[in-house]
Amino acid sequence: MIQIRFHGRGGQGSVVASNILAAAAFLEEKWVQSFPFFGVERRGAPVTAYTKIDDKPIWDRSEITDPDYVIVLDASLVAVVDVTNGLKENGMVLLNSESKPEDIELGDSFRIATVDATEVAVAHGLGSKSAPIVNSSILGAFSKASGEVDIKSIEASILKMAPAKHKENAAAALEAYEKVQF
Amino acid sequence: MPMDVMTGNSAQAYGAKLARAEVVAAYPITPQTTVVEKLADLVASGEMKAQFIKVESEHSAMAACIAASATGARAYTATAAHGLALMHEMLIWAAGSRLPIVMGNINRAMAPPWSVWADYQDSIAERDTGWMQFYCQSSQEVLDTVIQAYKVAENHDVLIPAMVMEDAFYLSHTFEPVDVPPQKDVDDFLPPYDPPVKLDVDNPVGLCALVPPDHYMEFRFKIAKAMEDSRKVIQEVDEEWEKKFGRSHGGLVERYRMEDADAAIIAAGTMSSTARVAIDNMRDKGKKVGLARLRVFRPFPYEEIRQIAKEVDSIGVLDRSYTFGHGGAFYTETAGALYQAPERPHVKNYVIGIGGRDIPPKDIEGILEKVLTKEDGGEVEWFGLRTSGSREVN
Repeated sequence: MIQIRFHGRGGQGSVVASNILAAAAFLEEKWVQSFPFFGVERRGAPVTAYTKIDDKPIWDRSEITDPDYVIVLDASLVAVVDVTNGLKENGMVLLNSESKPEDIELGDSFRIATVDATEVAVAHGLGSKSAPIVNSSILGAFSKASGEVDIKSIEASILKMAPAKHKENAAAALEAYEKVQF
Repeated sequence: MPMDVMTGNSAQAYGAKLARAEVVAAYPITPQTTVVEKLADLVASGEMKAQFIKVESEHSAMAACIAASATGARAYTATAAHGLALMHEMLIWAAGSRLPIVMGNINRAMAPPWSVWADYQDSIAERDTGWMQFYCQSSQEVLDTVIQAYKVAENHDVLIPAMVMEDAFYLSHTFEPVDVPPQKDVDDFLPPYDPPVKLDVDNPVGLCALVPPDHYMEFRFKIAKAMEDSRKVIQEVDEEWEKKFGRSHGGLVERYRMEDADAAIIAAGTMSSTARVAIDNMRDKGKKVGLARLRVFRPFPYEEIRQIAKEVDSIGVLDRSYTFGHGGAFYTETAGALYQAPERPHVKNYVIGIGGRDIPPKDIEGILEKVLTKEDGGEVEWFGLRTSGSREVN
């Protein structure tokens, strides 16, 4: 089973991202489960969401404590939340950041990937510079950096499930797919 | 019809749609969930042919369902926690009137302290209202059970309402694959409701009259008998479902790896889904443990429980609610059923996951170890309480 944990802020679309990723893997005939950290949502507050992907039905319904991947939609969260908590040895952290992977200091035991998802999102008219909606961009980057889910599946799921601006979100995913560094 | 990825709440709504519910009455404010939001969308778009009645409280929602069902319409509502509690009086009216209403209840803990997370205190508190109670472990089961519940409830040997439970968040807000069966197949399985008596202006009848003591008792006995007779119908309907749709949900009690088990846990809802992982882990270590999942709590499956008692030496009953004064309800009912059993294994109650506290496989493995060793030290243990520090130990 592949376990992915999302860290974002309320309003950035972390929960929608976890669902779109699950739907994309489902298109590839995987069994999936995605859910938010069960809480009360507030705009701007730290939000956690989870996606599980497996070749067989997923019976374990508990929260993810030892993810294979951590996706951080807002780099400022790194100072507030222990984003690598429980991350498996050699697991990957994908950060929305202007920095290069080698400039990110999260220890040596993890692989780091970065993409400036904010820039990509704003360029496609998704939110504003201060409140960008980066979930589609980060999913495109995840497809390339992880190799776990094909970008075509991500694109198809965005077109089906994005709450608005379907084409812009899909285009942002494709651009971030090209721009991610790892 | 293809599989799709959806939440338990969407599965619940599609269940009501496929069952061709004709009247949906609901109060749309918290603790209400997205079940009725989805149904409102389906009705507004014309995809579902139903009268959607937005009412001013859950008490009114059930009153509207009672009136609709009394005219012979198939009625549906959904609620949760305090919404269910506010319905209490009307739940008794619905069951006493012998109306086959089906209701989704998203199991949420009762306040105070305020909570929106999963536990069964809300529906357990309605145990004695005369409603059947189904507890689901997957979104697929939610969809299938809404349809099955109408078939059971509308059977003329039954004619009592049914609640279809979903764990808050663990099902209600979780995306997972669900097979949505074709409408035609569901129509073949579930014919239109054929009420034995209904309100009809051309053929007037009076319902719910005052009944003096020399007749009241017989009315109550008939509910008791209907609830007894529902066992067979629940089993048959699930078997028929399996024949038609290729999946069973276990009738009243679903067994998992009970073959040659020395010890078993009894649990319900999503924790029994997670428990499969714990049991697989224990079996890999050569420990003979199994699971009996209470899919139905009303009627209580005492015969199935007595059968399990014949097979194992020790049972742990996991309750996600508590009856203040004596144990969790699943435990006290299990213990009550076992008193009449020829063989009585060691039984202990574990109260767990209250207020939505997460239940990882390792916690269930910890309980299974205790059950295997027939641990003493009281009848009831609140597992993982912070004050005892056992959450860290386990």
